[in-house]
Amino acid sequence: MRISTFWYCLKQGVNNICRNILFSLASIATVSACIFLFCLFFSIVINVQYVIKNTESTVGITVFFDDGLDANKIKEIGNKIKARDDVKEVTFTSAEDAWAEAKQEYFGDMQDLAEGFEEDNPLANSASYTIFLNDLVDQDQVVDWLKGIEGVRKVNYSKTAAEGMNSLNKVIGVLSMLIIGVLLAVAIFLISNTISVAAAFRKNENQIMKLIGATNYMIRAPFVVEGIIIGLVGACIPLISIYFLYRSAVGYVVTKFSILSGLFQFLPVEAIFPYMAATALTLGVGIGFFVSFFTIRKHLKV
Amino acid sequence: MIELWNVSKTYEAGNKALRNVSMTIEDGEFVFIIGRSGSGKSTLLKMLLKEVEPTSGKIVVNDMNLSKMPRGFIPKYRRKLGMVFQDFRLLKDRNVYENVAFAQRVIGASTRSIRESVPAMLKMVGLSSKYKFFPQQLSGGEQQRVAIARALINRPEILLADEPTGNLDGHNSMEIMKLLNEVNKLGTTVIVVTHSQEIVDRMKKRVIVMDRGTIISDEKKGGYTYEN
Repeated sequence: MRISTFWYCLKQGVNNICRNILFSLASIATVSACIFLFCLFFSIVINVQYVIKNTESTVGITVFFDDGLDANKIKEIGNKIKARDDVKEVTFTSAEDAWAEAKQEYFGDMQDLAEGFEEDNPLANSASYTIFLNDLVDQDQVVDWLKGIEGVRKVNYSKTAAEGMNSLNKVIGVLSMLIIGVLLAVAIFLISNTISVAAAFRKNENQIMKLIGATNYMIRAPFVVEGIIIGLVGACIPLISIYFLYRSAVGYVVTKFSILSGLFQFLPVEAIFPYMAATALTLGVGIGFFVSFFTIRKHLKV
Repeated sequence: MIELWNVSKTYEAGNKALRNVSMTIEDGEFVFIIGRSGSGKSTLLKMLLKEVEPTSGKIVVNDMNLSKMPRGFIPKYRRKLGMVFQDFRLLKDRNVYENVAFAQRVIGASTRSIRESVPAMLKMVGLSSKYKFFPQQLSGGEQQRVAIARALINRPEILLADEPTGNLDGHNSMEIMKLLNEVNKLGTTVIVVTHSQEIVDRMKKRVIVMDRGTIISDEKKGGYTYEN
């Protein structure tokens, strides 16, 4: 393609937008609204996932052993656990550590009260492994496996936490797919409408082009350019807004509701923006390109 | 050379536009096609432009069988033809220069080639001084000249004109015909569909008369023998 032809198609695409400025603006506004909501949702989903991941790292499985189990055997079990792919981290708490922790918890500054137990550790059989998983979804499977190991007396785990987070994950996934689906449908409908109006407006010109010997590609190119520009502008506006809005909102919540900072930690805008921008631009340009391409194909049987 | 072999066309509604039409038009000929409305003249032009397919028969243009032409080749074929319409079909939002350049631009011609050929073509049709004018600022005759310049800018081998003087007065009509005659003298085959008796009688060119989809008369240096 010649550079002059490329510029011609670009210019005609811009002309199409200017000629039907109201329709084009309506399309851009709707695409913007769709992508704005998408970005908003994207931010929420990413942050919720981040919170879930953080919480997941604090929910562990604790494994206790049979009374008097040999230290070597305990170590062997520990190695088996560490060898699993779904296990992220394993920490060992010996009976002495457990007792020291318990003393600190129960007696606080009055450690003298525990002196009577000095020679006889009441938690002698409380050595344990605390296991953190890569994904809580695997918890049931790992617990079943642990229970089957010879020498394991008891396995403690929080079923509610795992199930709750998994359900929350699923709900967010389904909800986001639904909303994105509806928004996509609206955007597709509006861009298709705008391109149809532009095609009707340029009917005479397209007929002349056809008779002069312009290729299908050359006739369709300005409409595809128009679709891409609508998608691109429609994606850039919400991205810029979300960038500043997100920064302000996170800053506001962190300063005004500092109590929440213990419960939730927000991702900084710099961490999510590159992914959000790439997704939103691909979405905007992709919708613009495909919708205009197929709409104009329907209108121009050359 | 244009050859039609037993060409028939029946539209979906059952209307028979052409019935077994056969004819030959040599390179560089000037031909008038006349006949009343619905006689098949426009269908014939549309078939030559490959806008309409014949129901039966064969059309060969410059050794190319149109029925066997692949779809992808149609744009290239059309570049060998120029088309002029009764209603000019100019782009109202572009000036004279841009209207003519448009025909080159959309087939991917370079800016350099456009800058060279458009002024030369405007000079040929006598509109060099009005290159910045918009169609609505021109007379009917001038608008048709722009349309002819646009049809000729890609140097077609055949020029098809569908009632090119239909919207013009007598004087402008003759001016347009003189221009088409000059184009013909440069070697372009010119086929004109018209209802104008005066033009046909004065030009003394080949005249094909059509009626109800058939050729009823074909005369070299003929006149307007058809009763409207």
